[in-house]
Order: sequence, then C-alpha cells, then structure tokens
Amino acid sequence: MKKLMLGNEAVARGAFEAGVTVATAYPGTPSTEITENIAKYEDVYSEWSPNEKVALEVAIGASVAGARAICSMKHVGLNVAADPLFTVSYTGVNGGLVIMVADDPGMHSSQNEQDSRLYAKSSKVPMLEPSDSQECKDFVKEAFEISEKFDCPVIVRLTTRIAHSQSVVELGERVEYKLKEYKKDFNKYVMMPGMARKRHVEVEKRMAALKEYADATGLNRIEWGSKDVGVVTSGIAYQYAKEAFGGVSYLKLGMVYPLPEKLISEFAKQVKTLYVIEELEPFIEEQIRSMGIEVKGKELLPAIGEYSVRLIKEKILGEKPRNFTPLEDNIPVRPPVMCPGCPHRGVYYVLKKLKLTVTGDIGCYTLGALPPTESMDTCVCMGASVGMALGMEKARGKDFAKKTVAVIGDSTFVHSGITGLIDVVYNKGNSTVIILDNSITGMTGHQHNPTTGYTIKGEPTKQVDLVKLANAIGIDRVRVADPFDIKEFEKIVKEEVQAEEPSLIISQRPCALLKHVKFEGLLRINKERCKRCKLCLTVGCPAIVDKGDFIEVNEALCVGCRLCTKVCRFEAFEKAGDNDEKH
Amino acid sequence: MMKNINIMIVGVGGQGTLLASRVLGTVALKKSFDVKVSEVHGMSQRGGSVVTYVKLGEKVHSPLVEKGEADIILAFEQLEALRWLEYLRDGGRMIINDQKIDPMPVITGKAKYPENIIQKIQSSYGNVLSLNALDIARQCGNIKAVNMVLIGVMARSTQIEKEVWLQSMKEVIPEKFLEVNLKAFEAGYSIFS
Repeated sequence: MKKLMLGNEAVARGAFEAGVTVATAYPGTPSTEITENIAKYEDVYSEWSPNEKVALEVAIGASVAGARAICSMKHVGLNVAADPLFTVSYTGVNGGLVIMVADDPGMHSSQNEQDSRLYAKSSKVPMLEPSDSQECKDFVKEAFEISEKFDCPVIVRLTTRIAHSQSVVELGERVEYKLKEYKKDFNKYVMMPGMARKRHVEVEKRMAALKEYADATGLNRIEWGSKDVGVVTSGIAYQYAKEAFGGVSYLKLGMVYPLPEKLISEFAKQVKTLYVIEELEPFIEEQIRSMGIEVKGKELLPAIGEYSVRLIKEKILGEKPRNFTPLEDNIPVRPPVMCPGCPHRGVYYVLKKLKLTVTGDIGCYTLGALPPTESMDTCVCMGASVGMALGMEKARGKDFAKKTVAVIGDSTFVHSGITGLIDVVYNKGNSTVIILDNSITGMTGHQHNPTTGYTIKGEPTKQVDLVKLANAIGIDRVRVADPFDIKEFEKIVKEEVQAEEPSLIISQRPCALLKHVKFEGLLRINKERCKRCKLCLTVGCPAIVDKGDFIEVNEALCVGCRLCTKVCRFEAFEKAGDNDEKH
Repeated sequence: MMKNINIMIVGVGGQGTLLASRVLGTVALKKSFDVKVSEVHGMSQRGGSVVTYVKLGEKVHSPLVEKGEADIILAFEQLEALRWLEYLRDGGRMIINDQKIDPMPVITGKAKYPENIIQKIQSSYGNVLSLNALDIARQCGNIKAVNMVLIGVMARSTQIEKEVWLQSMKEVIPEKFLEVNLKAFEAGYSIFS
C-alpha cells in the first residue's frame, strides 16, 4: 500500500515496522510529529519526557533491557541529551537504539542552526541521513540493524525539508521483535574509569568496522552519468543537486558518518571535477579533503541557511538570477504573532507597562519580544530565563532585581527551569519568576507535559503541582493569577518584584487554541464611543486594526477574548450582533 | 518526460493552508503522480506568512518551488499574493482570495498595507482570478472553510475529475467538518463556471 507521508510520519512507521516497543521524545520543531505519530500505534509505549536528556535515558534503559527503542528530538535537544549520548556510545546497546535528530537549516523555528553531524563524529556514533519519506522509513529500519550488529546507538539525522515534506511511502509489515535476554554486565553497562577504558577500545574497533561497512552498504550508492562532474551529497541537498546538475554523476551518501572512504576515492578518480553539496558545515567536504582529494564546496556555497536548486545553479553553474520587477517596493513583512485570545498577551501588556527587564525563554511567548509588546530582553535556550535573571541580579545588585522578571512556559519550566529556580533559592537570590502556564506545550502544536495531567496517549495521570513544588524547594511567595485580570496581575507583579526573597507567579489561563476554550462571542467597535485613543492597539492583538480614521475589529480573526475591553476606557468594544457569530 | 506541475499555497498562519495542501497531495497520489508536499510547522504557523509547496509529476526531487516556476499560486490573502508573486512563472495562474489581514507592522503604524493589490497584479499578469472566499465560506456555514472554497476554484481549472477531489477531501478532512467543507468546495467549483 502506498501512502503520502511526512518524513516524520515515515520515521514513525519505520520504527513501528522495526518492532520498536519504546519511543520517547521531548517535542521540538521540526521533530515533533515523529513521536506524535508513533503514539498512534497501540503496540508501542510512547512518552513525552520532561526533556531530551531524560528521553534518551529512558530509551537507553529500554535498550539495555532488551527492547528496540527510539528517541527523538530537534537539533538543540541533542545538546541537552549530549551527556548520555557520549557515554551510551561506550556502553553500546542490547536491543537496537536509534536517536532521531532534526536539524533546522534556515531556522524556521529555532534559535540557532547547528549541524548535528558534528555530534556523530565527536561521540563516535554512526549517522544516517535520508533524503525523502521512503528513505526515512527504510533508513530507520536499517539503523536498528546497524545498532544491533555493531553494538552502538545510531543517529538518524533529518532536516526541516525532509521532516516536513510529504512524499510517497510504500508501507510494510511490523516485525514482532522478541526482547533480547537481559544479563547483568558490569563491564559493559557500568561506566567507571576501569570499565570505560576498556570500552573505549571497543568503540575504536567498532568505528573501524563501521568504516568497512560504509564502503559495502547499499545506503551509499553511485549514480553514474556524465563524468565531467561528480557530486557527493546527501539528504535534502541530494534532491536539490539532482534538479540543478541533471545528468552528471552522483555519490549519494545515506550514511554520513563514518564516510565510505574507498567508495569516495574510486568515485573521485573517475570524475573530472568533484563537488560536495551539503547544507551548513563543510562536514563531508573537510573529511574528503583530509583524504588528499581535491574538492569544491564551501568556497562556492554558503555555510548559512538552506540551499535550493536555484542557489546551486547560480553559485556553481553560473546561471544569472531571474529578472523580476516587484509591483511594490516595500511589501510589509508579516512576522508571526501571538494568536488572538492568547493568554500571554495580558502578561506582556503588564510587563511593558511596568517597564521591567524580562529574561525570556523558548516557546510561543518568545513572540513577546517583537513589536508591539517588545517586552522580552533575552532568549537563549530552554530554561535560561531563570538562571539569567539570577545572573543579572548578581551582576547588578538587588535593586536591579526589583525591576527584573523571568518568564518561562509550563513545559519549559519542567524541561529545565526547575534547576534554575533551585539555584535562585539556594544562592539567596531575589528573582521573580513568572510561569506562563497555558495548560499545554503550545508552540510545537499542543503536546501534553507533566503539568497538564495527561499522557501522550491522552490518559489521565498525576499532575505536577507547581505551588507545592515551589514551596518544597524553599519559595514562600507563590502567587497564582489570571493574566486577563490585568489590574490584579499588575498589582501582584509589582508586589513580587519588590519582595526581597525569591517569588514565583503562576500565570494561569489556557491556550486559546485548546478545544475546550470558549469565549462569549465576537466583538465590534462602537464608533460613537470610540475616542480613537489607540490604547487598545498596545495590547498587540492582530484582530484590532487601525484604519486611520477609525479602529476596526477584524471579525475573521477576533475570538472574543475581551482583553481589549479591559484596556479600553470608553467601553467602545461591544458584542457583535448574533448574525455575525462564528460557527 | 512530462514537466512537473508546481503549485504554491500562500497565506497567513491559521488560515488552513496546510489542509488545502494535504487535499492537493492526496489528489495527486490518486492520479498516480509522484508528489511532494512541503509544509510549514512551528513558529510561522502563529499568524506569520506561510507557504506550502505541492509538486507533482513523474519524478519529483526538490520539494520546493523556485522563483518563477510556480504554475499555480493559491493565495489566501492579498498581501501574501503580492509577496509571493515572484514565484509565478510567465503565464502561470494565480487565484486570490480578496481577504485582507493586516500584519503587525501595519497594525502598529510602521508600514502601510499596499493599495489596489489585485488590480495591480491583474494588470501585469493576465491569468488571475480573484474572489471573496470568506463571504462564500460564511454562506456555507463556517468562515474556516475558505481553504476548500479556494481548492474548489482551483479544481475547476484542472483536468482532474471532480470525483477525485471529493474523494480526497473525504480522506483528509475529519468527519464532523466534512459536510461544510464539501459545500464550500462546491461553491468554489461553480463560481467561475
């Protein structure tokens, strides 16, 4: 049976067909749909873990216990999971262990564009890279075979255009994988210096064996064409290269670490000019050059952003850019915005009004840094808001802390904000932390987390009690507030930043996109009451539009959240007529 | 070898462009084409400018449509039509929903929403259809069905049988929204007949 599948969905299918019984992940674009889709298979235990490190540790445990396990994350998630990664490379596996990592060249939804292939090299773990959805499925299955054959985890790397492109996949059957026997093996699984030294020797032997495998495997293949040009490429870059170069010769790498050195040498010998086409770092290029082979790559193509067919044609084949005269010179940009009805909007309205320094974090609420709210000062990585607020206080003193808050989402707080908060208490900080608790992991598309009370399969579970948690680590000042009650929220923030001890404000209101969130109907402007003071525009709602002579509510966008009515001094917003209701 | 058909669906995050592209992809698969559908997830989905690419033919390599190579652009919003115009090939067709959604720089007064976008595009490019898909969707019972109105318009201008479109919608759209979406599709299908 053929099916159109996202790369991520095909990875899930591959894991299912390979007999995986344990799947773990922390959501992150562009990797999220892998585990969302695995969760649909009843035969597979799957979980949203609190963070990627825990996710990988759970998967390692499952592997050691004899199951096939898969763990998925975005590129920056692998930084979080790097600690277990480098050592599971030493212990090796029992049941097959596959780590999915999705890079984001072009940073569609990320804070950096690091190249995960470098992790494969530094952790000495083999890495595969598929170039369409069919290969996503096939390579994941192959990765489990490699993992068990060579006693090591295998990383499969995707990039956004593979993860989020749908293409045709031929479905197969699930193999019933029998749990491998679990045996206590101190020398293999307890990495103390004495044992780790011996395991490192095994790792080096394994890498030598994998090099030979790379030369023999069908994952790497030569497609002969004209021998004037030879292109070494992999992943999405292969697809761009095929369209740009046409009928030249290709060495298409499905395994990008370790590289098939013999195959590369043979290929290079037979072509006149050798190119490497790879997005981001010159990972393949540098290794080929270190083999003493002349090759062209990054001197022609950028190490920044995504590639395209046109880019290759212009930079390598010398094609001229297409002539195009725009009809308008200045087309306004359309950056993403917080949705109409978004609970974060109330928080930022208050923070901006109070002119606070705001250390920020990763999630939908990072959009609070953009106009018109413009009230977030920093965003580095998951959980950084809390530690950075403390760092600012230690650098600039208590009075600065009285004008500073950290904002962090519920899921992000559990991911890696808790340890930062413990630091605040332990090291006698005064920081004020606001948890933006919208009852869901928002940006990645509504995944449950330990604060929502439901598992990935929608089953009820214990819910982390944020108030008790804060009390238990030594925070006495904990306030719970509704960010749409602007006056009360402002009062609470003012009080807590002044307090000379750590405080936690839990801003509680569910994401407006959640199905159970209902508002009372759309609004419109009463033009007689409206004084055009434009105060309502400062809340930054995309549904409130300045038409020059008057203010208008865009009925296609308004959800009726009524935050604007809390700001307006003239009661100019009123309920739209019943005929205008959304259905 | 037949030339690939390149389609782009452009709009504002939240307008339902993803569902439209999934219907299109399913249609292509039913007609036994090779097909790739490139989607946008994550941050841009939150009210940003979004684009999905649908490419079909005997063999599709890159999932992306390049500048000047779109055969059809389905624009869910005027400003987005203007923004992605450079991708339309000479003689390519653009179908524009005449809805306007002000982007934040316009809302905050830092930029102006360009005027007479549709007339400008129509006078420079012959092959342009525009319609008020929002009104039509509202009449069908749900303004969110704008996407299927536009798919209906597009379906009419292809050689692919109507039944294939309807069947694809039934496979992609959840049961409880199906009726209103089929109605919206029919309305779009008949508007330019």
